[in-house]
Amino acid sequence: MTTLERNEKLIQLALLMIALSAISILAIITLFIFKEGMPIMFKYGVNKFLFGLDWYPTEQSFGLLPMIIGSLAVTAGSLIIGIPFGLACAIFLTEFSSLRLRQIIKPIIELLAGIPSVVYGFMGVIILVPFIREHLGGSGLSVLAASIILGIMILPTIISISIDSLQAVPRSYREGSIALGATKWQTTKMVTLPSAKSGIIASIILGMGRAIGETMAVIMIAGNAVSIPHSVLDPVRTLTSNIALEMGYASGEHRQALFATGVILFIIIMILNTIANATAAKQRTK
Amino acid sequence: MVTTNRMEVKNLNFYYGQNLALKDINMGIESNKVTAVIGPSGCGKSTFIRILNRMNDIIIGSRVEGAILLDGQDIYAPEVDVVEIRRKIGMVFQKSNPFPKSIFDNIAYGLRINGINNKGEIIDRVETSLKNSALWEEVQDRLDANASELSGGQQQRLCIARALAIEPEVILFDEPCSALDPISTAKIEELINELKEKYTIAIVTHNMQQAARISDYTGFFLLGELIEFDKTEKIFTNPAKKQTEDYITGRFG
Ligand SMILES: Nc1ncnc2c1ncn2[C@@H]1O[C@H](COP(=O)(O)OP(=O)(O)OP(=O)(O)O)[C@@H](O)[C@H]1O
Ligand SMILES: [Mg+2]
Repeated sequence: MTTLERNEKLIQLALLMIALSAISILAIITLFIFKEGMPIMFKYGVNKFLFGLDWYPTEQSFGLLPMIIGSLAVTAGSLIIGIPFGLACAIFLTEFSSLRLRQIIKPIIELLAGIPSVVYGFMGVIILVPFIREHLGGSGLSVLAASIILGIMILPTIISISIDSLQAVPRSYREGSIALGATKWQTTKMVTLPSAKSGIIASIILGMGRAIGETMAVIMIAGNAVSIPHSVLDPVRTLTSNIALEMGYASGEHRQALFATGVILFIIIMILNTIANATAAKQRTK
Repeated sequence: MVTTNRMEVKNLNFYYGQNLALKDINMGIESNKVTAVIGPSGCGKSTFIRILNRMNDIIIGSRVEGAILLDGQDIYAPEVDVVEIRRKIGMVFQKSNPFPKSIFDNIAYGLRINGINNKGEIIDRVETSLKNSALWEEVQDRLDANASELSGGQQQRLCIARALAIEPEVILFDEPCSALDPISTAKIEELINELKEKYTIAIVTHNMQQAARISDYTGFFLLGELIEFDKTEKIFTNPAKKQTEDYITGRFG
C-alpha cells in the first residue's frame, strides 16, 4: 500500500467515525425519550394517552388528545397562511421582479429566519392578540393568533428554498415556452412551477417541521388551555407547549407523562414527514 | 422583390447594455424560402435570429434600434402584442429544450396556451405535427412517455413539432443540428426542405455545407455586421466581398 492509499483509507475511516457518532447521538436521544416515556403509556394504556380528554397529570389522568389536536390545528393553520404567501413571494421574486430587488430582498428574508422565536411571540402578544380580541372577539390568545405567527415564522424557509428551486429550473424551459407565445404567468404556472415542484414540496416539509416544533412563540400567544378548540378563536395548548410549560416542576409519573408527550410528538412528526415525502416522490415520478 | 419579403430588417442596431452587438443590419426574409445566416462564433447570429421574434425582450438591459417588419408591420411598435408575434414566428433553439412533460403534453402545451381546448382537435394536431416533423413513426406508441426519454435528435424533432403545432407563419432555427449526428441532421434538413412549401424559414448554421444544401439566400455576419447578403448560389460560387470568400473557403482566421 502506498502512502497515498493509506492516507485515503485513514480519511475514509475518520469520516465514517464522525458520521457514526453523529448518528448515534441522535439515536441515543431518541432511545432516551422512548425509554422515559413508554413505560407510563403502557401502564395506563396507550389509548388513554391518545384519546383521553382530561389532563390532570398529578391525578393519573393523562389525556393528550386536546394537545394533539392543538398541535395539528396550529400547524395546519400556519401552512394555510404560509404556503400561499411564501409561494407568491418566491414566484414574484424569481419570475417577475428585477434582479436588483431580488438581491436586496432575499437576504432580508433569510435574516428573518434568524430572529429568535420569543420576538415573534412578543409581537404576537402586543399587536396581533389585542387586534383579534377587539375585532373578532374572544381573548385573542387563540389558534388563529398562533397560526398567523407561525405562518410568518415559516415564510423564510418556504420562500428561500422555493426561490432556490425555481432558479434551478433551466432558462431554456422558460424560453421554449415564451417562444410558443406563452405569457410570463402561463410559463410560470405550467412550465416553471411543475419543474420546481419537488424543491417546493421540500420547502413546505421543512416549514411544517418548524411550525410543529415551535414552542416559545406558541406558548405566548396560543392561550395554552387544555381543551379541544371549537373555533379558530379558542385557545389551545400544543404538545411542545405542554412539555415546556410543565417540565420545570414535574416529577414522578407527571414527568414521565411529559416524556410520553414527547414520544407522541416524535411519532406525529415521523408520520407527517413520511406522508410528505411519499407525496413528493409520487410527484417526481409523474 | 419588396412585396415577396415576409420579414424585413431595416437599419437594425442591437445593444447588450453598452455593447453594440449588431450594427446597421438590413436584410429581407422571403416567403416560402430558406434564408441562412452564417458566420464565425460570437458574430451575433443567435442575437440576430432571436430579435426576429422578440426573444431578446427578456434579456435585461438589451435594446433594439431600427425596424423589424412582418408583412409591413413593425413588430417592435408599442401597440404590437408580443405574444401574438411569437405565435406567428416560431423558434427552434440551438440546444433542444423539450419540457419535462410527456411527449403529448409537450405539443399540447402550445395549443392549450393559445386557447385550443377541444380534446379531439388537440389529439389531431399533435398527430399532424408529429407526422410533419417526421417523428410520428418513432413515438406513436409512447406519447405518454416523458420527453427526456427520447434521443437528442428525437428531442430536437419534438421541439420542431411543438413549434409547428401552433401553425406559425415563419419558423426560426438557431443551429438546430449542432448537437446531432449526421443521420438526424439529414432528417432535419429534409424536413426543413419540406417545410418551406408552407412556411418562411430562417436558419442559423455553423455548417457551410448545410447552408449551401438547404438555403435559397445566405447572409454572412462578421463581428456584428452583415458583410454580404445574396442568393446562396452567388455567395458560395462568386462572393462579392473578400471576407466572405475567405470565410467560405476556410481561409478565415
Ligand atoms: N445575454 C447576453 N448578454 C450580453 N452579451 C451577450 C449576450 N448574449 C450574447 N452576447 C454577446 O453578443 C455577441 C454575439 O453573441 P451570439 O450568441 O449572437 O453569437 P453567435 O454568432 O450565435 O455565436 P455561436 O455561433 O457561438 O452561437 C457575443 O460577443 C456575445 O458575447
Ligand atoms: Mg449562437
